Amino acid sequence: MLLEIRDLHARVEDKEILKGVNLTIRAGEIHAVMGRNGSGKSTLSKVLAGHPAYTVTGGSVTYRGENLLELDPEQRARTGVFLGFQYPVEIPGVSNLEFLRVATNARRAQKGEEELDTFAFEDLVRERLQVVQMDPAFLDRSVNEGFSGGEKKRNEILQMALLDPLVAILDETDSGLDIDALRIVAGGVNQLASPDNATLLITHYQRLLDAITPDYVHVMAAGRMLRTGGKELALELEERGYDWVDQELAALAAAEVA
Amino acid sequence: MTASLSAPTQRAAWLEQWLSQLPAASGALAAVQQRGRAALAQQGVPSSRSEDWRFTDLSLLQALPLAAAQPAQPTLDAGGSVLRLQLDGQSDPLAGVTLPAGLEVLSEAELAQGLGHTLAATACQQHWPVELNQASATQVLALRVKSRASAALELVSASAGGMLPLRILLVLEEKAQLDLSQLIEARAAGLVSLVIEAHLARSAQLRHGLVAFGQNDAALFSHIAVEQEPESQAALSNVAAGWGLARHEPRLVQVQGQAHSFLRGLQLVGGQQIADTHSFVQFSGPEGELDQVHKAVAAGQGRSVFNGAVRVPREAQQTNAAQLSRNLLLSDRARIDTKPELEIVADDVKCAHGATVSSLQTDELFYLQSRGIGAEQAAGLLKRAFCEEVLRALPEPARQWCPLDQLELESA
Repeated sequence: MLLEIRDLHARVEDKEILKGVNLTIRAGEIHAVMGRNGSGKSTLSKVLAGHPAYTVTGGSVTYRGENLLELDPEQRARTGVFLGFQYPVEIPGVSNLEFLRVATNARRAQKGEEELDTFAFEDLVRERLQVVQMDPAFLDRSVNEGFSGGEKKRNEILQMALLDPLVAILDETDSGLDIDALRIVAGGVNQLASPDNATLLITHYQRLLDAITPDYVHVMAAGRMLRTGGKELALELEERGYDWVDQELAALAAAEVA
Repeated sequence: MTASLSAPTQRAAWLEQWLSQLPAASGALAAVQQRGRAALAQQGVPSSRSEDWRFTDLSLLQALPLAAAQPAQPTLDAGGSVLRLQLDGQSDPLAGVTLPAGLEVLSEAELAQGLGHTLAATACQQHWPVELNQASATQVLALRVKSRASAALELVSASAGGMLPLRILLVLEEKAQLDLSQLIEARAAGLVSLVIEAHLARSAQLRHGLVAFGQNDAALFSHIAVEQEPESQAALSNVAAGWGLARHEPRLVQVQGQAHSFLRGLQLVGGQQIADTHSFVQFSGPEGELDQVHKAVAAGQGRSVFNGAVRVPREAQQTNAAQLSRNLLLSDRARIDTKPELEIVADDVKCAHGATVSSLQTDELFYLQSRGIGAEQAAGLLKRAFCEEVLRALPEPARQWCPLDQLELESA
């Protein structure tokens, strides 16, 4: 068991967004969480990564037997939890190469591996660049500054390739990608998936799931998992749209009142 | 308050004491010293009622030793290929030095003619810090860069306490180029005063990078006055950190417009420190350009002041000027005062200005943390990134003098 989320409740400011999320992820699995805007998908990813704007008000998250919620964001990352951002942040003045090296060494130190010096790191990063077919010129620029949407997402997957996470949470990694970029990013994710790690894809659309085959698909609505199934659930959603979600939610609300 | 210069009687007493301990006027600058002393006695020490000094408390001066500075060696590596001159305010910086081709010492007649000319042209000859320098400086480094020559110099000064006045006069002939990297270090209580005048003939290029590291019981006053003929380029960059009190005044005049002025400033304050930049750019003709960015980082109870004056009179049509003040506030007890002061009479000009004050961005910090970078290291990377734009503008030797730890601030 890598990650176990039990009855997770969380709010941002005074607004409760997660209202009892349950999810269990084992090594070797790929999970997809689908749902409409505002269903709580992105909040779930940020809560797992430890974003300070979100407050957990109930429930638990156990990561490899430990309470994940007790850890600082940087400790979560060092122990192998990775969040691929929907909107990667631009940081003018911080070199991408230096950023990647400091991050990689922080993760390596946690794993008991030796620190990589500038030269050793350059070798590693050049090799990993191939995973996302990225131009080395991006290493010399500031973190994400002036990158196109597709370049930013590739940079996220490059970070994932360097940090070698055990649980990778990819928040709408497919948004804003053209078909070629989507293929490259999905190829990177597939290449990095192994029997020892797990991937949680948060997405709106089926098209990412054409390129990455999930073991489980969860539909999220109103802050919890409404339904769980196999990859066919995603296809069903694509066909029927999300309208049935409202009916199920209404039925659920009625049942709770009664 | 007994130990401050807020009362007129205390300012007068401090000045009287300061003037009385100066040695008798002597040497090549004797007449200048006498005029400076008379002017100081006349105008006194500025009070916070004067608009130019409104936010800048001079109380620290009260605590500083007044005697001439003890010379000290700057903490620098051996340096590279660029000629390095030591300025200690006392000994001859050119003794035993062979100047590179294209650089010459001004004659006495030229010095007499040139000294003070650019101060007057940039309307600062009567500024208090300038008079303070004139009253006490006993020597001046006066150099010419010959037409079409290209030269580079390092000027380094360290103070082990007391009063250190530095005065420099530069004449750049047509198409001459000079890269000047200047380091000032204070390592004990004291006052450092710098006055530079530079005259840039047509198509001349001056690049000056001033790196000044002080400490809590040290004060720095610097005036850098530049006169620009058409087609000339002046690039002045300044980094000041650690001073109890620092006041920096870059002053440029484009005498007939059609020149390019580039200003970059970075000041860092923590603890109880005060740093103040008052810049002044005057376009006295058409088609002049200004590109100015001033940055400040304020932590602790530090205080940063920026006042950016730009004068665009009627004759300065088609001026293109941009000024930006960006400030990073790291503590809720620190204070930033920033003010553009644009005086535009010409009607066909582009004059942009802007000011921002922000703290470290939560989203940027979280992004770095989410990659395993500790909160403190992440904050350090972001602070360094904020400074980077100014550091990049320094000439290469000066840039090497700005290691990360010198720019670290106590955020307490």
